[in-house]
Amino acid sequence: MKQKLTIAVASGKGGTGKTTVSASLACAAADTGHKTAYMDCDVEEPNGHLFLKPTINYRHMVGIPVPVVDQDKCTACGLCGEICQFSAIVCVNKNVLTFDKMCHGCGGCSLVCPTEAITEHSRNFGVVETGDCGNNLKFCHGKLDVGEIHSPPLIEAVRETAQGEDLSIVDASPGTSCPVVAAIKGVDYVLLVTEPTPFGVNDLEIAVDMVKELGIPHGVVINRSVPEHTLARDFCRDNNIKILVEIPDDRRVAEAYSKGELPYKGVEGYRELFKELIDTIIEEAGR
Amino acid sequence: MIEITVISGKGGTGKTSLVASLASLAPKPAVADCDVDAADLHLVLDPQIKESHDFSGGKLAEIIPARCNSCGKCYELCRFGAVIKNENEKPAYTIDPISCEGCGVCSYFCPEKAIAFEPAINGQWYISDTRYGPMVHAKLGIAEENSGKLVALVRDQAKKIAENKNLSYIIVDGPPGIGCPVIASVTGTDYVLIVTEPTLSGEHDLERVMELVNYFKIPAFLCLNKHDINPTMSDKIENLARNAGIKVVGRIRYDRAVTEAQIKKLPLVEFTDAPVATDLKNVWNTLIQEINSLQKGSHN
Ligand code: SF4
Ligand code: SF4
Ligand code: SF4
Ligand code: SF4
Repeated sequence: MKQKLTIAVASGKGGTGKTTVSASLACAAADTGHKTAYMDCDVEEPNGHLFLKPTINYRHMVGIPVPVVDQDKCTACGLCGEICQFSAIVCVNKNVLTFDKMCHGCGGCSLVCPTEAITEHSRNFGVVETGDCGNNLKFCHGKLDVGEIHSPPLIEAVRETAQGEDLSIVDASPGTSCPVVAAIKGVDYVLLVTEPTPFGVNDLEIAVDMVKELGIPHGVVINRSVPEHTLARDFCRDNNIKILVEIPDDRRVAEAYSKGELPYKGVEGYRELFKELIDTIIEEAGR
Repeated sequence: MIEITVISGKGGTGKTSLVASLASLAPKPAVADCDVDAADLHLVLDPQIKESHDFSGGKLAEIIPARCNSCGKCYELCRFGAVIKNENEKPAYTIDPISCEGCGVCSYFCPEKAIAFEPAINGQWYISDTRYGPMVHAKLGIAEENSGKLVALVRDQAKKIAENKNLSYIIVDGPPGIGCPVIASVTGTDYVLIVTEPTLSGEHDLERVMELVNYFKIPAFLCLNKHDINPTMSDKIENLARNAGIKVVGRIRYDRAVTEAQIKKLPLVEFTDAPVATDLKNVWNTLIQEINSLQKGSHN
């Protein structure tokens, strides 16, 4: 492997086994000698730590700049409320009110204020924790505070923690909207995890559109695959998308998962499966 | 009229399948699919679209090349990395619509007024008929923001229709997670039904979701799906919910018929008479009993 690779694991729909796959891949990569970082960017519901059980050794709060108004300097001109696209600052009855949770931290209000009444201070809305899972495997995740609506800056903060590992595995949140884009933008390869059910395939279709729009090379893992359910297989064939592996629907995997154990570690045959998968991905991504 | 929002925190717990069955069991429902990012409910309820509308959640900036003098002000001011510098090209700057947050700062401060700032079309929303009642649903464009606004709009429309037609229930299929679209799907709703599964991740996500409903002070109920894949964890999760003041309205067993029903495009309760269907009916009946007794309580 020549260059450094960042691989994101995503899925249009939640609950397809994305975290199991990404955490297992991270272990497989580390075990085959790659210096690896696992980055959990599903900041609304981070679960990777339940399976990888890292020792957290560093934690920092993440904030965005929000306005603070010095009412003595304010002339109630109303310009700040006009520029703000997110209703996070308004001027009513000669008073300026701010709504920190709505603020995207664009800086428009402080730039536009003619009397320099607005300064910015950082408001925390989540935390990034980094740690170690032993041999070759670094861990990082972000946790969005409850009641917060705006996750992309936190996701970016998680991705910024990557430090020269050969391989970074990014666990993205489910779906296709802004948090997912923040997690997968600029990665080298996206692995889309799906189930062979009608819901699964419908959501896969949307996820494929997303990675195509972003122009990222991608492949599919069919999880909980049952031979007679061919929907996902047909879809990939018709759209010329490579299926890297089918993971069988296996009660042992479901049981291990329910206890917070990775099939990679506990269920026979899966160690080999994921080691092969990581090799395939590296090959595909290197093209 | 009672609005019930079904959420799950973690995805893939069978939320949408449950919602399809609730839509079939509820008398006179309106249905709102607020999982706008990965909408699946239409695959089962088979809506006939009556009205289709564009959705604009915000504005986007775009440089008009003929007016731009390549001064670089926009590049300097944009905090979202959306203004891209193109070496040796004219104009020297362009805006990446996927990164643009829609804050308008560049457009406001451009000395040449060279940046257009116009409403973007971020998706579509629909009013449809289904065999159960009216349905409002939506499709968010790829990589779009503001799914929260779209969720609020879908709920609002469903409410209006339910009021006009004098319907008894609005069943809302909520999005996964605890972020912006989820908050938009639970604020101001009458009741939340949380669907979870007995796994370590399910437990972990449930804690976050319960925190969220408590934060917004919404009465909530819990239903455990696939409870038999880990009975010990099922008991643990039920206790967790009870201690948080959330009533458990039922357990649903694991059955592969769930996928078969999806393939046949039928709510599970119409697809089979197997015990799993009885579980679902019990969930609905218990939920309604609990809601009725709460409603009486609040009127006295
Ligand atoms: S920083 Fe931007 S989003 Fe925040 S209040 Fe000011 S103008 Fe609004
Ligand atoms: S722009 Fe400045 S002076 Fe004008 S209302 Fe806002 S804070 Fe006050
Ligand atoms: S600020 Fe306006 S004129 Fe200057 S580079 Fe940007 S678009 Fe061009
Ligand atoms: S509107 Fe805001 S986010 Fe978009 S390009 Fe302009 S400054 Fe950047």
